[in-house]
Amino acid sequence: MPSNLPAGHSRRTITMTVNDEQHTVYVEPRRTLLDALREDLGLTGAKKVCDLGQCGACTVIKGNRAIYSCLTLAVECAGQSIQTIEGLAQADPAPGSQLRLHAIQQAFIECDAYQCGYCTPGQIMAIKALLEHNPNPTLDEVKMGVSGNLCRCGAYPNIFRAALRAAELLRTAG
Amino acid sequence: MVKVLKTKIEIEGRVHEEVVVIDGELPAPWDSKAELTIVGQPVPRVDGAERVTGQARYTSDIQLPGLLHARILRSPHPHARIKYVDISAAEALPGVRAVICRDSTAPIKWHRSSFVFDSTLRYVGDEIAAVAADSLEIASDALRLIKVEYEVLPHITDEQHANDEASPPVWVDEPRNVIGGEPEVYKRGDVDKAFKDADFVVQATFRTPTALHNCLETHGSVAQWEGDNLTIWDSTQHIFGVRQRVAERLGLALNKVRVIKHYMGGGFGSKNGAGKYTVIAALLARKAGRPVKLMLNRMEENLVTGNRDSTVQHIAGAVKKDGTLLALKLVCYANSGAYGGGGMPIAGPVQEMYRCANVYTESWSLYTNLGRDSAFRAPGFVEGNFALESLMDMMAEKVKLDPLEFRKKNYAERAPKDNLPYSSKGLRQAYERGADIIGWHSRAWADRPAVDPKNPDIRRGYGMASQVWGGGGGPPAHAIIKVNADGTADVITGTQDIGTGTKTVLSQVAAEAMGFRFEDVRVHVGDTSLGVYAPLSAGSMTVPSMSPAVQMAALDVHKQLLAIAAEVLEVKSARLELKGSVISQGKGKKSITVKELIGGLSDYMVVGQGLRGPNDNSYAINTFGCQFAEVEVDTATGQVRVLRLVAIHESGRVINPMTITSQLYGGVTQGMGYGLMEHRVVDHRSGIVLNPNLTDYKIPTALDVPLEIVGEMIDLPDTIATTTGAKGIGEPPIVPTAPAIANAIYDACGVRVFQAPISPDVLLDALQRRDQPMVVEQPAAAELAPVSQKEE
Ligand code: FES
Ligand code: FES
Repeated sequence: MPSNLPAGHSRRTITMTVNDEQHTVYVEPRRTLLDALREDLGLTGAKKVCDLGQCGACTVIKGNRAIYSCLTLAVECAGQSIQTIEGLAQADPAPGSQLRLHAIQQAFIECDAYQCGYCTPGQIMAIKALLEHNPNPTLDEVKMGVSGNLCRCGAYPNIFRAALRAAELLRTAG
Repeated sequence: MVKVLKTKIEIEGRVHEEVVVIDGELPAPWDSKAELTIVGQPVPRVDGAERVTGQARYTSDIQLPGLLHARILRSPHPHARIKYVDISAAEALPGVRAVICRDSTAPIKWHRSSFVFDSTLRYVGDEIAAVAADSLEIASDALRLIKVEYEVLPHITDEQHANDEASPPVWVDEPRNVIGGEPEVYKRGDVDKAFKDADFVVQATFRTPTALHNCLETHGSVAQWEGDNLTIWDSTQHIFGVRQRVAERLGLALNKVRVIKHYMGGGFGSKNGAGKYTVIAALLARKAGRPVKLMLNRMEENLVTGNRDSTVQHIAGAVKKDGTLLALKLVCYANSGAYGGGGMPIAGPVQEMYRCANVYTESWSLYTNLGRDSAFRAPGFVEGNFALESLMDMMAEKVKLDPLEFRKKNYAERAPKDNLPYSSKGLRQAYERGADIIGWHSRAWADRPAVDPKNPDIRRGYGMASQVWGGGGGPPAHAIIKVNADGTADVITGTQDIGTGTKTVLSQVAAEAMGFRFEDVRVHVGDTSLGVYAPLSAGSMTVPSMSPAVQMAALDVHKQLLAIAAEVLEVKSARLELKGSVISQGKGKKSITVKELIGGLSDYMVVGQGLRGPNDNSYAINTFGCQFAEVEVDTATGQVRVLRLVAIHESGRVINPMTITSQLYGGVTQGMGYGLMEHRVVDHRSGIVLNPNLTDYKIPTALDVPLEIVGEMIDLPDTIATTTGAKGIGEPPIVPTAPAIANAIYDACGVRVFQAPISPDVLLDALQRRDQPMVVEQPAAAELAPVSQKEE
């Protein structure tokens, strides 16, 4: 009867690398990676939209693949490397200077590739994984790459443009 | 001098009267000759960096020390009475901090005669109890420990039978399930005579689906008490509305409640006010003595947060041989759910779109044991336009006119409902532009050959549809501007940016009117304690309500700065001009930056105030548009691919072409979903919704959207509507999409589909029956067109 177990009864200690830093969390085995990131590590960029693997808003990169973090248990990620949207931009150490955005992020702003922005972290991480495997995608490949990421605001045409633009920026940046 | 006036404003297709207090000088309108340098530019969103880095804090992202997580226990039955609820086992579970239900809280009034926790459950999803616990997992465990015994009652979920004598009433005091007890009737002219005089009568019955908003951020609230003061973060389109309702329900003074909403993951009309979850979060937080987060899950989002009502529409049109539209008649039934308000303006397009002297509409809103209706992007008009614009094509065919010509022939030069002149109407230009882009006049006509001779199943077709909607906004709407010692400005208002780019657009208006550099302006929204009153962000009214208020506050600042500069520079203020944050006396003369001027005044703060003036009620204020679709139909599989969708709209001045284009894309995408794939499925026997998730309820994905969407505005400053010349654009682009696609499908394969969504199974079925004569179902309650002998 799990319901009679005291809270935290079966918690485990998990160590994983998130955005190039080691983190240790103490979680129930049923806790998803998404909840561990959001609740335990305070990384709320990945969003919980369906919690059922149906929308892509929780997309993060595990190893070198985009995954739905709501379909992955935190305990499965022990020893693994996870990248989230928070790890993409680089803070410039000089005071008063601005965040250095990743090319995909710049392209999203330039192309207005969002409205509410709720799907945006997931879209960006999906595109990041796509471009890592395929630096010069066609429009159809971009569409396939984000086909698992719903956007209820219907920003798709601009998301496609942003992905192609980001690929171009990244290629020319060498 | 203060003036108190009355003015009419339109919200979501309905007209209300508002009192407006005018204090100060309203801005002179920016007409088409105004020289504007920031307004009209495609400025990227001012909050882009937050949105792309994950730093934007949505309600769901709020984390507070000691925060608890809450869940709601909901009815598994479409209609039942609670015999008892036992929460003791849930309360005893370690990690549970508060449990509430009907027996443990003072009754709080909700809809009609019901309470937040009611003894009668009226749909699958109705609230029974709620739990706050240390984690979401524990809260879910606790829900399973709550024992409820039900007396199951008979239910009705099918709107086609809700009104039957034998159907059980959802509310005991409304025995026939008709909201308001009777239909809403509108008449003009003599419809019966017109039907007799007509050369042709065309009639049909259309069905449209219940559509679910499925905002990606679910509805939800975070509640925190500090003494008697309650702070609520709410995913809402109306912070002041949430404050009002929560204060009222909890018996608190308005200044004890603060509502904050900085970012929101979609609303589309479903987040226009406080939900039960808002009140429940506050109750749990008070009981637990700790802050509580209550975000609904995806299933709840699909069941309880509102929907676009499904409709059955019997519609008939009478037309002369030469294509003159003589009369329109509509009898429609809408499924409003158990707690719906009904009254969606489904008859709006029939009443307002075309010149037509004789109109009769009869709109029934029906209670059923389902989740409630709510505003959903152009409520009523989307449903009604599907029927009207399909019928228009049927009539055009009857009189052998091109569908576009037929619409132009019946173009309304004055608003047909009130017989008022329009403040502006750019529909004719939109027709021309859209037709040009899609190649309407050069397209091949019916019986065109198959696209690919090797695959005769693939057919292409073109279709179009028009749109009318309100979107003029109105008072009350306020803004203030503070100028800081470094010459930057904070624009503060209690509106909200629901993802449409409000902050960006208001920054442009403020910078333009003040004469500041764009980068010196920052707009703050979404906080009832800091902002001044602003209306809900719905009804396409944010920009037309807020931009004039911000413009007025900015002009106030502009004037004050010039007056101060005149003193400091010892010149007449009339000789000064303020542009790009610099005050000068003209070329080559002495100038001073705002920063230098203000910086020299110790910490004196210039504060500007502005408000939205009244509407000019001697005009009809509307937005217009049209869309053209090119589709490819696979007649073997029933699959429809939208190849091109051209959306041309007129909504006054374009303040930001980039964000407005995104709105067009969004509307078109949702409109396509409505036309081709979105459909809540209910099993009427059990009263259960079968597809309350994002797999079975289909919203468009990257692979579904039209291969090409062209979105363009007819930029036509409407200075009668607003002093900035802008009107709203949030809703218009969803209105014509589905019928434009339906008309294109007809053009492609010669089959008229009388229901949305036109999913492959529906289209295959229609193709199957194409050779059989069309059976038109007559409404039982109303004889639509008593002249059916005129049908050939
Ligand atoms: S939240 Fe993970 S796929 Fe939707
Ligand atoms: S931007 Fe709102 S869901 Fe994609």
